[in-house]
Amino acid sequence: MKKVEAVIKPFKLDDVKEALNEIGIQGMTISEVKGYGRQKGHKEIYRGAEYVVDFIPKIKIEIVLEASQVDQVVKTIRESAMTGKLGDGKIFVFPVEQAIRVRTGETGKDAI
Amino acid sequence: MKRTSLIAAVVFILSPFSNALAADAINAGDTAWIIVATALVMMMTPAGLALFYGGMSRYKNLLNTFAMTFVAYCLASVIWVVWGYTLAFGPDLGGVIGGMGNFLLSGIGPESVEGSIPTLVFVLFQMTFAGITVALVLGSIVDRIKFSSWIVFTVLWLTFVYSPVAHWVWGGGWMGDLGALDFAGGNVVHINAGVAGLVLSLMVGKRIGYGKEAMFPSSITLTAVGAALLWFGWFGFNAGSQLAADGVAGSAFLVTNTSAATGALAWMFAEWWINRKPTVLGIASGVVAGLVAITPAAGFVGLGASLFIGMGAGIIGFFSVAKMKQAIGYDDSLDAFGVHGICGIWGAIATGIFANPAITEGASGLLYGNPKQVLIQIVSVIATAAFSAGATFLLVHLTRILTGGLRVTTEEEIEGLDSSLHGERAFEIPA
Repeated sequence: MKKVEAVIKPFKLDDVKEALNEIGIQGMTISEVKGYGRQKGHKEIYRGAEYVVDFIPKIKIEIVLEASQVDQVVKTIRESAMTGKLGDGKIFVFPVEQAIRVRTGETGKDAI
Repeated sequence: MKRTSLIAAVVFILSPFSNALAADAINAGDTAWIIVATALVMMMTPAGLALFYGGMSRYKNLLNTFAMTFVAYCLASVIWVVWGYTLAFGPDLGGVIGGMGNFLLSGIGPESVEGSIPTLVFVLFQMTFAGITVALVLGSIVDRIKFSSWIVFTVLWLTFVYSPVAHWVWGGGWMGDLGALDFAGGNVVHINAGVAGLVLSLMVGKRIGYGKEAMFPSSITLTAVGAALLWFGWFGFNAGSQLAADGVAGSAFLVTNTSAATGALAWMFAEWWINRKPTVLGIASGVVAGLVAITPAAGFVGLGASLFIGMGAGIIGFFSVAKMKQAIGYDDSLDAFGVHGICGIWGAIATGIFANPAITEGASGLLYGNPKQVLIQIVSVIATAAFSAGATFLLVHLTRILTGGLRVTTEEEIEGLDSSLHGERAFEIPA
Protein backbone atom coordinates (compact mmCIF):
# COMPACT_ATOMS: atom_id res chain seq x y z
CA MET A 1 0.00 0.00 0.00
CA LYS A 2 1.10 3.52 -0.74
CA LYS A 3 -0.02 6.99 0.15
CA VAL A 4 0.00 9.71 -2.49
CA GLU A 5 0.14 13.19 -1.08
CA ALA A 6 -0.36 16.04 -3.52
CA VAL A 7 -0.11 19.75 -2.75
CA ILE A 8 -1.98 21.67 -5.45
CA LYS A 9 -3.47 25.05 -6.29
CA PRO A 10 -6.83 25.39 -4.50
CA PHE A 11 -8.82 26.21 -7.62
CA LYS A 12 -7.63 22.97 -9.24
CA LEU A 13 -9.21 20.75 -6.59
CA ASP A 14 -12.42 20.05 -8.50
CA ASP A 15 -10.53 19.14 -11.68
CA VAL A 16 -8.25 16.78 -9.79
CA LYS A 17 -11.12 15.18 -7.89
CA GLU A 18 -13.11 14.55 -11.07
CA ALA A 19 -10.12 13.15 -12.90
CA LEU A 20 -9.41 10.77 -10.02
CA ASN A 21 -13.05 9.70 -9.82
CA GLU A 22 -12.90 8.84 -13.50
CA ILE A 23 -10.03 6.41 -12.95
CA GLY A 24 -11.87 4.78 -10.06
CA ILE A 25 -10.40 6.43 -6.98
CA GLN A 26 -13.22 6.24 -4.43
CA GLY A 27 -12.06 8.46 -1.59
CA MET A 28 -9.57 11.03 -0.49
CA THR A 29 -8.79 13.36 2.38
CA ILE A 30 -8.05 17.00 1.76
CA SER A 31 -6.85 19.86 3.94
CA GLU A 32 -6.30 23.55 3.47
CA VAL A 33 -2.62 24.21 3.96
CA LYS A 34 -0.17 27.05 3.43
CA GLY A 35 3.35 26.93 2.09
CA TYR A 36 5.80 28.19 -0.43
CA GLY A 37 8.32 26.81 -2.88
CA ARG A 38 9.70 28.37 -6.02
CA GLN A 39 6.56 30.48 -6.42
CA LYS A 40 7.60 32.40 -3.27
CA GLY A 41 5.11 34.68 -1.60
CA HIS A 42 3.69 38.01 -2.61
CA LYS A 43 3.76 41.54 -1.29
CA GLU A 44 0.84 43.45 0.25
CA ILE A 45 1.07 47.18 0.95
CA TYR A 46 -1.26 48.88 3.44
CA ARG A 47 -0.81 52.66 3.52
CA GLY A 48 2.86 52.26 2.74
CA ALA A 49 3.52 49.43 5.21
CA GLU A 50 4.86 46.58 3.11
CA TYR A 51 4.25 43.02 4.26
CA VAL A 52 5.61 39.95 2.46
CA VAL A 53 3.15 37.10 2.58
CA ASP A 54 5.42 34.04 2.39
CA PHE A 55 2.87 31.31 2.81
CA ILE A 56 0.38 30.88 0.02
CA PRO A 57 -2.84 28.88 0.48
CA LYS A 58 -2.75 25.42 -1.09
CA ILE A 59 -4.82 22.25 -0.91
CA LYS A 60 -3.23 19.01 0.22
CA ILE A 61 -4.84 15.78 -1.05
CA GLU A 62 -4.06 12.47 0.61
CA ILE A 63 -5.01 9.17 -1.01
CA VAL A 64 -4.08 5.70 0.22
CA LEU A 65 -4.10 3.10 -2.55
CA GLU A 66 -2.63 -0.14 -3.80
CA ALA A 67 0.95 0.09 -5.05
CA SER A 68 -0.13 -0.92 -8.55
CA GLN A 69 -2.32 2.19 -8.89
CA VAL A 70 0.37 4.71 -7.96
CA ASP A 71 1.74 5.50 -11.43
CA GLN A 72 -1.69 6.06 -12.93
CA VAL A 73 -2.84 8.25 -10.03
CA VAL A 74 0.31 10.37 -10.06
CA LYS A 75 -0.05 10.87 -13.81
CA THR A 76 -3.73 11.82 -13.45
CA ILE A 77 -3.02 14.35 -10.69
CA ARG A 78 -0.16 15.87 -12.66
CA GLU A 79 -2.27 16.29 -15.75
CA SER A 80 -5.32 17.66 -13.98
CA ALA A 81 -3.50 19.98 -11.55
CA MET A 82 -1.11 21.52 -14.05
CA THR A 83 -1.37 25.12 -15.23
CA GLY A 84 2.25 25.35 -16.39
CA LYS A 85 3.06 28.23 -14.06
CA LEU A 86 5.17 28.34 -10.90
CA GLY A 87 3.23 27.14 -7.88
CA ASP A 88 1.44 24.16 -9.43
CA GLY A 89 2.53 22.07 -6.46
CA LYS A 90 4.22 18.76 -5.69
CA ILE A 91 3.33 15.09 -5.33
CA PHE A 92 4.89 12.78 -2.76
CA VAL A 93 4.56 9.00 -2.50
CA PHE A 94 4.99 7.16 0.81
CA PRO A 95 4.83 3.53 1.86
CA VAL A 96 1.88 2.69 4.13
CA GLU A 97 2.24 -0.04 6.74
CA GLN A 98 -1.37 -0.79 7.51
CA ALA A 99 -4.92 0.46 6.92
CA ILE A 100 -7.93 -0.41 9.10
CA ARG A 101 -11.58 0.38 8.47
CA VAL A 102 -13.03 1.67 11.72
CA ARG A 103 -16.56 0.30 11.23
CA THR A 104 -15.71 -3.30 10.33
CA GLY A 105 -12.14 -3.80 11.44
CA GLU A 106 -11.13 -4.91 7.91
CA THR A 107 -7.44 -4.41 7.23
CA GLY A 108 -5.06 -4.00 4.29
CA LYS A 109 -6.41 -3.49 0.79
CA ASP A 110 -9.96 -4.38 1.90
CA ALA A 111 -9.92 -1.31 4.10
CA ILE A 112 -9.00 1.19 1.40
CA MET B 1 -53.77 85.89 6.50
CA LYS B 2 -55.10 88.72 8.58
CA ARG B 3 -54.04 86.94 11.70
CA THR B 4 -50.49 86.58 10.36
CA SER B 5 -50.20 90.20 9.48
CA LEU B 6 -51.53 91.13 12.89
CA ILE B 7 -48.79 89.04 14.54
CA ALA B 8 -46.23 90.54 12.19
CA ALA B 9 -47.39 93.99 13.16
CA VAL B 10 -47.14 93.18 16.85
CA VAL B 11 -43.67 91.73 16.36
CA PHE B 12 -42.64 94.80 14.41
CA ILE B 13 -43.83 97.09 17.18
CA LEU B 14 -42.21 95.03 19.91
CA SER B 15 -38.98 94.34 18.08
CA PRO B 16 -37.01 97.30 19.42
CA PHE B 17 -37.74 96.02 22.92
CA SER B 18 -37.32 92.28 22.55
CA ASN B 19 -34.66 90.35 20.66
CA ALA B 20 -36.41 87.12 21.44
CA LEU B 21 -39.34 88.04 19.24
CA ALA B 22 -37.58 89.55 16.26
CA ALA B 23 -34.04 88.47 15.45
CA ASP B 24 -34.05 85.30 17.50
CA ALA B 25 -37.18 83.60 16.22
CA ILE B 26 -37.00 79.87 15.73
CA ASN B 27 -37.11 78.88 12.08
CA ALA B 28 -38.80 75.52 11.52
CA GLY B 29 -36.83 74.66 8.37
CA ASP B 30 -33.48 75.46 9.94
CA THR B 31 -34.38 73.56 13.08
CA ALA B 32 -35.54 70.48 11.19
CA TRP B 33 -32.35 70.40 9.16
CA ILE B 34 -30.04 70.78 12.17
CA ILE B 35 -31.84 68.02 14.07
CA VAL B 36 -31.25 65.73 11.08
CA ALA B 37 -27.67 66.96 10.67
CA THR B 38 -26.99 66.24 14.35
CA ALA B 39 -28.20 62.67 13.92
CA LEU B 40 -25.98 62.31 10.83
CA VAL B 41 -22.90 63.52 12.71
CA MET B 42 -23.74 61.26 15.66
CA MET B 43 -23.63 58.26 13.34
CA MET B 44 -20.11 59.18 12.22
CA THR B 45 -18.60 58.14 15.56
CA PRO B 46 -19.99 54.81 16.82
CA ALA B 47 -20.76 53.57 13.28
CA GLY B 48 -18.57 55.36 10.73
CA LEU B 49 -15.36 55.85 12.65
CA ALA B 50 -15.66 52.59 14.62
CA LEU B 51 -15.89 50.62 11.36
CA PHE B 52 -13.26 52.72 9.58
CA TYR B 53 -10.78 52.28 12.43
CA GLY B 54 -11.91 48.79 13.49
CA GLY B 55 -11.34 47.35 10.04
CA MET B 56 -7.80 48.73 10.01
CA SER B 57 -6.85 47.38 13.43
CA ARG B 58 -5.67 43.81 13.75
CA TYR B 59 -8.31 41.06 14.10
CA LYS B 60 -7.41 40.55 17.75
CA ASN B 61 -8.03 44.22 18.58
CA LEU B 62 -11.10 44.97 16.47
CA LEU B 63 -13.58 45.00 19.36
CA ASN B 64 -11.25 47.06 21.54
CA THR B 65 -11.21 49.70 18.81
CA PHE B 66 -15.02 49.64 18.76
CA ALA B 67 -15.12 49.81 22.56
CA MET B 68 -12.84 52.86 22.68
CA THR B 69 -14.91 54.61 19.99
CA PHE B 70 -18.26 53.88 21.66
CA VAL B 71 -17.04 54.91 25.09
CA ALA B 72 -15.53 58.11 23.68
CA TYR B 73 -18.92 59.07 22.28
CA CYS B 74 -20.73 58.15 25.52
CA LEU B 75 -18.28 60.13 27.65
CA ALA B 76 -18.51 63.13 25.32
CA SER B 77 -22.32 62.96 25.50
CA VAL B 78 -22.24 63.30 29.28
CA ILE B 79 -19.28 65.68 29.65
CA TRP B 80 -20.64 68.04 27.02
CA VAL B 81 -24.00 68.60 28.66
CA VAL B 82 -22.51 68.85 32.17
CA TRP B 83 -19.47 71.09 31.73
CA GLY B 84 -18.10 70.88 28.16
CA TYR B 85 -20.69 73.10 26.50
CA THR B 86 -20.33 75.89 29.01
CA LEU B 87 -16.51 75.79 28.73
CA ALA B 88 -16.84 76.15 24.96
CA PHE B 89 -19.94 78.30 24.52
CA GLY B 90 -20.63 79.76 27.96
CA PRO B 91 -20.04 83.44 28.76
CA ASP B 92 -16.63 84.40 27.35
CA LEU B 93 -13.74 84.85 29.78
CA GLY B 94 -10.97 86.86 28.12
CA GLY B 95 -11.37 85.16 24.73
CA VAL B 96 -9.78 81.99 26.16
CA ILE B 97 -12.54 79.92 27.71
CA GLY B 98 -16.25 79.97 28.47
CA GLY B 99 -17.43 80.51 32.04
CA MET B 100 -19.56 78.20 34.14
CA GLY B 101 -22.80 80.07 33.37
CA ASN B 102 -24.31 77.13 31.49
CA PHE B 103 -23.05 74.36 33.79
CA LEU B 104 -25.46 71.42 33.42
CA LEU B 105 -27.08 73.54 30.69
CA SER B 106 -28.51 75.83 33.33
CA GLY B 107 -30.27 78.81 31.82
CA ILE B 108 -31.03 76.90 28.62
CA GLY B 109 -34.58 75.71 28.10
CA PRO B 110 -36.90 74.79 25.24
CA GLU B 111 -37.54 78.48 24.59
CA SER B 112 -33.82 79.43 24.30
CA VAL B 113 -32.74 80.38 20.80
CA GLU B 114 -29.34 80.32 19.12
CA GLY B 115 -29.51 82.08 15.74
CA SER B 116 -32.66 80.59 14.25
CA ILE B 117 -32.66 77.22 16.02
CA PRO B 118 -33.37 76.15 19.61
CA THR B 119 -30.23 76.37 21.75
CA LEU B 120 -30.79 72.78 22.86
CA VAL B 121 -30.44 71.62 19.25
CA PHE B 122 -27.27 73.70 18.92
CA VAL B 123 -25.90 72.08 22.10
CA LEU B 124 -26.53 68.60 20.71
CA PHE B 125 -25.10 69.45 17.29
CA GLN B 126 -21.91 70.67 18.96
CA MET B 127 -21.87 67.63 21.25
CA THR B 128 -21.55 65.28 18.29
CA PHE B 129 -18.47 67.25 17.19
CA ALA B 130 -16.83 66.83 20.59
CA GLY B 131 -17.56 63.09 20.40
CA ILE B 132 -15.99 62.49 17.04
CA THR B 133 -12.97 64.69 17.72
CA VAL B 134 -11.77 62.77 20.76
CA ALA B 135 -12.59 59.47 19.04
CA LEU B 136 -10.40 60.46 16.07
CA VAL B 137 -7.40 60.62 18.41
CA LEU B 138 -7.59 56.93 19.28
CA GLY B 139 -6.52 55.89 15.79
CA SER B 140 -2.96 56.67 16.76
CA ILE B 141 -2.78 54.24 19.68
CA VAL B 142 -5.01 51.26 18.96
CA ASP B 143 -3.62 47.80 19.73
CA ARG B 144 -1.78 48.82 22.93
CA ILE B 145 -3.37 51.36 25.30
CA LYS B 146 -5.09 50.37 28.56
CA PHE B 147 -8.84 50.85 28.47
CA SER B 148 -8.77 52.74 31.79
CA SER B 149 -6.10 55.08 30.41
CA TRP B 150 -8.21 55.78 27.34
CA ILE B 151 -11.25 56.64 29.49
CA VAL B 152 -9.30 59.00 31.76
CA PHE B 153 -7.55 60.60 28.77
CA THR B 154 -10.90 61.14 27.02
CA VAL B 155 -12.37 62.95 30.04
CA LEU B 156 -9.28 65.15 30.49
CA TRP B 157 -8.81 65.91 26.81
CA LEU B 158 -12.42 66.92 26.18
CA THR B 159 -12.27 69.21 29.19
CA PHE B 160 -8.88 70.82 28.80
CA VAL B 161 -8.19 70.66 25.05
CA TYR B 162 -11.36 70.31 22.99
CA SER B 163 -13.58 72.71 24.92
CA PRO B 164 -11.10 75.62 24.98
CA VAL B 165 -10.19 75.26 21.29
CA ALA B 166 -13.88 75.12 20.34
CA HIS B 167 -14.31 78.31 22.37
CA TRP B 168 -11.43 80.05 20.59
CA VAL B 169 -12.89 79.41 17.16
CA TRP B 170 -16.66 79.23 17.57
CA GLY B 171 -17.49 80.33 21.10
CA GLY B 172 -16.50 83.98 20.81
CA GLY B 173 -12.81 83.42 21.56
CA TRP B 174 -9.68 85.03 20.20
CA MET B 175 -9.20 82.90 17.10
CA GLY B 176 -12.61 83.78 15.73
CA ASP B 177 -11.97 87.45 16.58
CA LEU B 178 -8.68 87.28 14.70
CA GLY B 179 -10.68 86.39 11.59
CA ALA B 180 -9.54 82.79 11.21
CA LEU B 181 -11.90 80.90 8.90
CA ASP B 182 -12.88 77.47 10.14
CA PHE B 183 -16.30 76.56 8.82
CA ALA B 184 -16.85 73.11 10.29
CA GLY B 185 -13.78 72.24 12.30
CA GLY B 186 -10.47 72.05 10.45
CA ASN B 187 -8.67 73.47 13.47
CA VAL B 188 -11.05 72.47 16.22
CA VAL B 189 -11.59 68.91 15.04
CA HIS B 190 -8.97 67.66 12.64
CA ILE B 191 -5.72 69.48 13.39
CA ASN B 192 -6.51 69.29 17.09
CA ALA B 193 -7.18 65.53 17.01
CA GLY B 194 -4.37 64.76 14.57
CA VAL B 195 -1.69 66.53 16.60
CA ALA B 196 -2.99 65.03 19.85
CA GLY B 197 -2.81 61.62 18.19
CA LEU B 198 0.79 62.17 17.17
CA VAL B 199 1.79 63.20 20.70
CA LEU B 200 -0.11 60.30 22.24
CA SER B 201 1.45 57.74 19.88
CA LEU B 202 4.95 59.06 20.61
CA MET B 203 4.33 58.88 24.37
CA VAL B 204 2.62 55.48 24.42
CA GLY B 205 5.30 54.01 22.15
CA LYS B 206 5.29 51.64 19.22
CA ARG B 207 3.38 48.39 19.08
CA ILE B 208 5.38 45.25 19.85
CA GLY B 209 6.82 44.01 16.57
CA TYR B 210 6.18 47.29 14.70
CA GLY B 211 8.22 47.37 11.51
CA LYS B 212 9.27 43.74 11.95
CA GLU B 213 6.14 41.67 11.82
CA ALA B 214 3.21 41.93 9.46
CA MET B 215 0.22 43.77 10.95
CA PHE B 216 -2.65 43.06 8.63
CA PRO B 217 -5.86 45.07 8.87
CA SER B 218 -8.68 42.86 10.14
CA SER B 219 -11.08 43.80 7.35
CA ILE B 220 -10.69 46.33 4.59
CA THR B 221 -14.39 45.70 3.87
CA LEU B 222 -15.38 47.09 7.27
CA THR B 223 -13.05 50.05 6.73
CA ALA B 224 -14.64 50.82 3.37
CA VAL B 225 -18.16 50.66 4.85
CA GLY B 226 -16.95 52.94 7.65
CA ALA B 227 -15.59 55.44 5.13
CA ALA B 228 -18.91 55.41 3.29
CA LEU B 229 -20.80 56.12 6.54
CA LEU B 230 -18.36 58.90 7.41
CA TRP B 231 -18.95 60.42 3.98
CA PHE B 232 -22.73 60.22 4.49
CA GLY B 233 -22.51 61.72 7.97
CA TRP B 234 -20.15 64.43 6.80
CA PHE B 235 -23.00 66.08 4.89
CA GLY B 236 -24.51 66.82 8.30
CA PHE B 237 -21.13 67.87 9.63
CA ASN B 238 -20.36 70.42 6.91
CA ALA B 239 -23.73 71.46 5.51
CA GLY B 240 -25.09 71.46 9.07
CA SER B 241 -22.37 73.83 10.23
CA GLN B 242 -24.17 76.65 8.44
CA LEU B 243 -26.77 76.19 11.21
CA ALA B 244 -29.46 76.99 8.66
CA ALA B 245 -31.19 75.35 5.73
CA ASP B 246 -30.07 77.86 3.13
CA GLY B 247 -27.98 78.36 0.02
CA VAL B 248 -24.65 78.32 1.83
CA ALA B 249 -25.61 74.97 3.36
CA GLY B 250 -26.35 73.73 -0.15
CA SER B 251 -23.00 74.99 -1.38
CA ALA B 252 -21.23 73.32 1.56
CA PHE B 253 -23.04 70.08 0.69
CA LEU B 254 -21.83 70.31 -2.91
CA VAL B 255 -18.18 71.05 -2.21
CA THR B 256 -18.06 68.37 0.52
CA ASN B 257 -19.08 65.65 -1.89
CA THR B 258 -16.79 66.88 -4.65
CA SER B 259 -13.76 67.07 -2.39
CA ALA B 260 -14.37 63.56 -1.02
CA ALA B 261 -14.57 62.17 -4.54
CA THR B 262 -11.47 63.93 -5.86
CA GLY B 263 -9.60 63.01 -2.66
CA ALA B 264 -10.37 59.33 -3.25
CA LEU B 265 -9.40 59.47 -6.92
CA ALA B 266 -6.17 61.38 -6.26
CA TRP B 267 -5.08 58.99 -3.49
CA MET B 268 -5.92 56.01 -5.68
CA PHE B 269 -3.97 57.27 -8.68
CA ALA B 270 -0.99 58.35 -6.54
CA GLU B 271 -0.85 54.91 -4.98
CA TRP B 272 -1.38 53.15 -8.29
CA TRP B 273 1.49 55.13 -9.76
CA ILE B 274 3.91 54.67 -6.84
CA ASN B 275 3.02 51.23 -5.46
CA ARG B 276 1.58 49.66 -8.62
CA LYS B 277 -1.77 48.77 -7.09
CA PRO B 278 -4.91 50.86 -6.48
CA THR B 279 -5.92 49.55 -3.03
CA VAL B 280 -9.40 49.79 -1.52
CA LEU B 281 -7.80 51.02 1.69
CA GLY B 282 -6.26 53.81 -0.38
CA ILE B 283 -9.59 54.78 -1.95
CA ALA B 284 -11.34 54.77 1.45
CA SER B 285 -8.50 56.80 3.00
CA GLY B 286 -8.68 59.28 0.13
CA VAL B 287 -12.39 59.83 0.77
CA VAL B 288 -11.63 60.76 4.37
CA ALA B 289 -8.64 62.91 3.39
CA GLY B 290 -10.81 64.88 0.96
CA LEU B 291 -13.54 65.31 3.58
CA VAL B 292 -11.06 66.48 6.21
CA ALA B 293 -9.54 69.08 3.91
CA ILE B 294 -12.86 70.59 2.81
CA THR B 295 -14.16 70.83 6.39
CA PRO B 296 -12.75 74.28 7.26
CA ALA B 297 -13.53 75.54 3.75
CA ALA B 298 -17.01 74.08 3.19
CA GLY B 299 -19.05 77.28 3.59
CA PHE B 300 -16.45 79.57 2.06
CA VAL B 301 -15.25 78.06 -1.23
CA GLY B 302 -16.79 77.38 -4.60
CA LEU B 303 -16.89 74.27 -6.74
CA GLY B 304 -13.61 74.84 -8.59
CA ALA B 305 -11.69 75.21 -5.36
CA SER B 306 -13.21 72.02 -3.97
CA LEU B 307 -11.90 70.00 -6.91
CA PHE B 308 -8.44 71.28 -6.12
CA ILE B 309 -8.70 70.96 -2.33
CA GLY B 310 -9.81 67.32 -2.58
CA MET B 311 -7.13 66.45 -5.09
CA GLY B 312 -4.44 68.06 -2.94
CA ALA B 313 -5.70 66.18 0.11
CA GLY B 314 -5.56 62.81 -1.65
CA ILE B 315 -1.98 63.33 -2.78
CA ILE B 316 -0.75 64.92 0.46
CA GLY B 317 -2.53 62.28 2.54
CA PHE B 318 -1.01 59.43 0.56
CA PHE B 319 2.51 60.78 0.86
CA SER B 320 2.17 61.58 4.55
CA VAL B 321 1.08 58.07 5.55
CA ALA B 322 2.96 56.02 2.97
CA LYS B 323 6.24 57.93 2.84
CA MET B 324 6.60 60.52 5.62
CA LYS B 325 5.53 58.20 8.44
CA GLN B 326 7.87 55.45 7.26
CA ALA B 327 10.72 57.92 6.92
CA ILE B 328 10.27 59.40 10.40
CA GLY B 329 9.32 56.09 11.97
CA TYR B 330 6.60 56.87 14.54
CA ASP B 331 3.81 54.35 15.06
CA ASP B 332 0.56 56.25 14.48
CA SER B 333 -1.32 52.96 13.98
CA LEU B 334 -4.26 54.17 11.89
CA ASP B 335 -2.82 57.54 10.80
CA ALA B 336 -4.82 59.97 12.90
CA PHE B 337 -2.03 62.49 12.30
CA GLY B 338 -1.26 61.61 8.68
CA VAL B 339 -4.87 61.88 7.53
CA HIS B 340 -6.56 64.26 9.98
CA GLY B 341 -3.61 66.39 11.08
CA ILE B 342 -1.85 66.88 7.78
CA CYS B 343 -4.93 67.09 5.55
CA GLY B 344 -6.53 69.37 8.17
CA ILE B 345 -3.56 71.75 7.88
CA TRP B 346 -3.83 71.65 4.09
CA GLY B 347 -7.54 72.44 4.34
CA ALA B 348 -7.00 75.34 6.75
CA ILE B 349 -4.40 76.95 4.50
CA ALA B 350 -6.41 76.21 1.34
CA THR B 351 -9.35 78.03 2.96
CA GLY B 352 -7.15 81.11 3.22
CA ILE B 353 -6.30 80.80 -0.44
CA PHE B 354 -9.69 79.95 -1.98
CA ALA B 355 -12.28 81.63 0.28
CA ASN B 356 -14.69 83.34 -2.09
CA PRO B 357 -16.81 86.26 -0.83
CA ALA B 358 -19.51 85.26 -3.33
CA ILE B 359 -20.22 82.21 -1.15
CA THR B 360 -20.12 83.81 2.29
CA GLU B 361 -19.90 87.57 2.35
CA GLY B 362 -16.80 88.97 4.02
CA ALA B 363 -14.79 85.74 3.79
CA SER B 364 -12.12 86.38 1.15
CA GLY B 365 -8.91 84.52 0.55
CA LEU B 366 -5.70 85.15 -1.36
CA LEU B 367 -7.30 84.62 -4.77
CA TYR B 368 -9.94 87.26 -3.98
CA GLY B 369 -7.55 90.01 -2.99
CA ASN B 370 -6.98 89.17 0.66
CA PRO B 371 -3.50 87.63 1.01
CA LYS B 372 -3.56 88.38 4.73
CA GLN B 373 -6.10 85.57 5.19
CA VAL B 374 -3.41 82.97 4.45
CA LEU B 375 -1.29 84.40 7.23
CA ILE B 376 -4.23 84.36 9.65
CA GLN B 377 -4.91 80.74 8.73
CA ILE B 378 -1.26 79.82 9.33
CA VAL B 379 -1.33 81.55 12.72
CA SER B 380 -4.48 79.63 13.63
CA VAL B 381 -2.92 76.32 12.55
CA ILE B 382 0.25 76.94 14.55
CA ALA B 383 -1.68 78.06 17.62
CA THR B 384 -4.00 75.06 17.50
CA ALA B 385 -1.18 72.60 16.90
CA ALA B 386 1.04 74.08 19.59
CA PHE B 387 -1.71 74.20 22.20
CA SER B 388 -2.96 70.73 21.33
CA ALA B 389 0.57 69.27 21.47
CA GLY B 390 1.52 70.94 24.74
CA ALA B 391 -1.75 70.31 26.56
CA THR B 392 -1.98 66.72 25.31
CA PHE B 393 1.58 66.11 26.51
CA LEU B 394 0.65 67.22 30.03
CA LEU B 395 -2.63 65.30 30.04
CA VAL B 396 -0.95 62.07 28.91
CA HIS B 397 1.47 62.43 31.84
CA LEU B 398 -1.43 63.00 34.19
CA THR B 399 -3.27 60.00 32.75
CA ARG B 400 -0.19 57.85 33.25
CA ILE B 401 -0.09 58.81 36.93
CA LEU B 402 -3.84 58.34 37.45
CA THR B 403 -4.05 54.93 35.80
CA GLY B 404 -0.64 53.52 36.75
CA GLY B 405 0.87 53.41 33.28
CA LEU B 406 -0.60 53.74 29.79
CA ARG B 407 0.10 50.41 28.19
CA VAL B 408 -1.32 46.96 28.57
CA THR B 409 1.15 44.24 29.57
CA THR B 410 3.24 42.52 26.91
CA GLU B 411 1.20 39.32 27.37
CA GLU B 412 -2.09 41.20 26.95
CA GLU B 413 -0.82 42.99 23.86
CA ILE B 414 0.35 39.78 22.21
CA GLU B 415 -2.82 37.88 23.14
CA GLY B 416 -4.90 40.74 21.73
CA LEU B 417 -7.01 43.27 23.59
CA ASP B 418 -10.39 41.81 22.56
CA SER B 419 -9.67 38.71 24.55
CA SER B 420 -7.42 40.09 27.30
CA LEU B 421 -9.40 43.27 28.11
CA HIS B 422 -12.95 42.49 27.02
CA GLY B 423 -13.15 38.69 27.10
CA GLU B 424 -14.75 38.60 23.65
CA ARG B 425 -13.92 37.89 20.05
CA ALA B 426 -14.96 39.90 17.01
CA PHE B 427 -15.61 36.93 14.78
CA GLU B 428 -16.18 33.25 15.17
CA ILE B 429 -14.20 31.75 12.33
CA PRO B 430 -14.82 28.02 11.97
CA ALA B 431 -11.66 25.96 11.50
